[in-house]
Amino acid sequence: MGLYILELKNICKKFPGVKALDNINLRVKFGEIHALCGENGAGKSTLIKILSGVYPYGTYEGKIYLDGKEVQFRNIRDAENNGIVCIHQELALVGELTVQENIFLGNEPNIAGVIKEDEMYIKTKNLLNELGLDIDPRELVKNLGIGQQQLVEIAKALSKNAKILILDEPTSALTEKESNTLLNILCRLKAKGVTSIYISHKLDEVLSIADTVSAIRDGQYIGSKDINEITKSELIYMMVGRKLDKLYPRKKRERKDCSFEVKNLTVYDPEIQSRKVIDNISFRAYKGEILGIAGLMGAGRTEMVSAIFGVFPGKREGEFYIDEKKINIRQPIDAIQNGIALVPEDRKGTGLVLNMTVKENISMASLRNFFNFIIKEDEENSYTLRYVRDLNIKTSNIEEAVNNLSGGNQQKVVLGKWLLTKPKVLILDEPTRGIDIGAKFEIYELINQLVDEGVTVIIISSELEEVLGISDRVLVIYEGKLRADLPIQEATQEKIMYYATGGV
Amino acid sequence: MEGKLNKSLELNEVNNNKKNFNPKNFFSTNVRAYAMIIGLILIWAMFAILTDGIFLSARNISNLTMQMAVVAILGAGMVLVIVTGHIDLSVGSLVGLIGGIAAALMVWKGWGTGLTIITVLLIGLAIGAIQGFITAYLNVPAFIVTLGGMMVLKGILLGITKGVTIAPMRESYKVFGQAYITNVTLFSFAGLVILSMFFLAYRKRKSGIKYNLKQEPSSYYVKPLVYSLLILGFVYIMVAYKGMPVPVFIMLILVIVLTFLADKTTFGRSVYAIGGNLQAAIFSGISVKKIVLIVFALNGLMAAIAGIILSARLNAGSPAAGTMMELDAIAAAVIGGTSLMGGKGKVYGAILGALIMASLDNGMSLLDMDAFWQYIVKGSILIFAVWFDIYSKKKA
Repeated sequence: MGLYILELKNICKKFPGVKALDNINLRVKFGEIHALCGENGAGKSTLIKILSGVYPYGTYEGKIYLDGKEVQFRNIRDAENNGIVCIHQELALVGELTVQENIFLGNEPNIAGVIKEDEMYIKTKNLLNELGLDIDPRELVKNLGIGQQQLVEIAKALSKNAKILILDEPTSALTEKESNTLLNILCRLKAKGVTSIYISHKLDEVLSIADTVSAIRDGQYIGSKDINEITKSELIYMMVGRKLDKLYPRKKRERKDCSFEVKNLTVYDPEIQSRKVIDNISFRAYKGEILGIAGLMGAGRTEMVSAIFGVFPGKREGEFYIDEKKINIRQPIDAIQNGIALVPEDRKGTGLVLNMTVKENISMASLRNFFNFIIKEDEENSYTLRYVRDLNIKTSNIEEAVNNLSGGNQQKVVLGKWLLTKPKVLILDEPTRGIDIGAKFEIYELINQLVDEGVTVIIISSELEEVLGISDRVLVIYEGKLRADLPIQEATQEKIMYYATGGV
Repeated sequence: MEGKLNKSLELNEVNNNKKNFNPKNFFSTNVRAYAMIIGLILIWAMFAILTDGIFLSARNISNLTMQMAVVAILGAGMVLVIVTGHIDLSVGSLVGLIGGIAAALMVWKGWGTGLTIITVLLIGLAIGAIQGFITAYLNVPAFIVTLGGMMVLKGILLGITKGVTIAPMRESYKVFGQAYITNVTLFSFAGLVILSMFFLAYRKRKSGIKYNLKQEPSSYYVKPLVYSLLILGFVYIMVAYKGMPVPVFIMLILVIVLTFLADKTTFGRSVYAIGGNLQAAIFSGISVKKIVLIVFALNGLMAAIAGIILSARLNAGSPAAGTMMELDAIAAAVIGGTSLMGGKGKVYGAILGALIMASLDNGMSLLDMDAFWQYIVKGSILIFAVWFDIYSKKKA
């Protein structure tokens, strides 16, 4: 066995009209954590799809060597039999099945087709113990938090005797604490000789956990560095090809009038009527100010803004004021017509209709404002085109299906859609999740510009650095309650974490 | 400074991309749309040969279009229902019920044609609206609501007609199923359609140049020109027999109206958004429930129109009329490219689907094949059409 467990030689992959991967050479050492960095659209996903057999041998050029021997995967199963297991960004678990059923899905221990429940239970228990997890194998997966589900995915991968574990943005949906658990487990697996290939946009995480980082940009291999030989800014430079000295553009601004106020908002769980998801929260947002909302996953931030917007299914109490005038919001159209826009956290699930065009998506929330029944094509074209230019949306034309756009550009389409409603209050729920640094920077600049134009911006983010980087004031929410209201001068990562984990 | 430079560079790139026309993409998207037309031409050619040309005679084509009209109208309404992600199984029963009510009102109660027609149209609209209300506001799945509706309406029909055929209809009522539109009206209608096609093509070209939209590679006016020739040929064939059957005329008008609704209005846009991603539609402030209710009401109205045409053609209200027609309507929509997953489908596709099925019926009858063959062949075509759609998508 050589030093390298996995070697890629001259990998090329073409899609109609695009060269997604151009001569990639990558070597992964035995038992290391190898981080793969690159902007969205750089080709990381394509590369791991080749590695995990999603794109079978023959659809790409070049060679893959595993333990020095060439391998050719015909499908995902082939890759898994060779010990390469990939955990994708979107989890592939069945919510209605138990943890153990999920782990052994497709490989259930059985006699003549009858499943041996006890053996499955014991094996699962052992696996979970190995990972240091306290989860009941008989719990339904839907009852687990997203962080625990991710760990179940890892257990599932290990049950397949994975030698190489590929993780695509595993922590993008996790809280700091959950991320730490996950990273600890990766280190534990490393000690056992499992090699990990780790893809993440969170560079601090990469720098703290990886042994080697490799960067790809525009489908080309830029280079690999030992973690001790690289700084964060050097890594960013490798990824984007230009220096981003200031990721968070900050401007001095004057806070003006209060434009949006929430009074005594209480929201109940739609299923358990007595449970309060949001408990008596009041806050004010001002013109000329970016209000950040921090909190752990499940603290109720998304529930709060969707309740404000009239899309949360549970019961709601409380009052809303725009420019000191009380408004009624029963459904989204009321919010939209009162000048409130919500860019939801899940752009594919709630932000966009993927098979519709850029144009149709951008005008979707403004149909009533702009047209009275008949859609005037000229008008629609001209304002769509304006947002495509202003937001620098990369699309061949406005009649392209948004499906064909990269994540960052899709996010900009969602932004364009909501800017077109001419909002007074723009609520952004995780606006930069899963998009690359270049696009992030553009979105931050846009937010600043909007604030200058008098829009009140409220931004929810799970990345503390981001909240601190762009907000002027930070609200911290813990278990549905408002715990702190910190001016940016007083806010630090430690302080926010203190309140976000229940400190008073 | 650097940022600005980058931005302008990227804009240039975007502009350059616009000029790159990818023939492969064009082929893959259009092959699906045209596959059904090619299929239709093959079917016609086959029957023309097998029947020594009788299939393509003016008389038979006139009959053929007459036969397809009812299903095509139902299919057109069904497209919108399916695009929202729902289904309507009750239209067949509704067609029968409308015919029965119309016959009962005219024959037994002595009502005039005008009042009868307005009444049954309102009944169709109301029945569609009720089912839409239950689906949208009470959250009962449309499959169940309209399956129930299918039985309930059937029951009402049997109750009203007491199981017997009610006939004859008034002469002025029979016009809707049996009369023909001849020269002057027909030619002015065709002329109007052709003129507006060219006008729309002109406007589209102007706006396309202005906003740099995705351009069709062929020149703008080729498409309307081809269509115009087809329309003139069609009119010519119609005139060679007795003129255009009134049901066909009504069908064409309805398809134009529904296509306009679907493609050019906020209502139509909402329909596609709801089917494409319900959650995104809700977040966009679209009144999902209201739209779904309207779609069902509209579908009920279409079924009522189809019911009038059918009963006028049969010159009777029959307790068996319309049976299984909902399945023909769904098949027409699906063969015409509508996806049962919602969000995708064109109204004119239903016409094509109905025409394919009517051609099979008609051709096989001409060949004196047993009726059972028609079911077997039509069923197989339905499955084939959907498989082909999935297959060609995978290839592309």
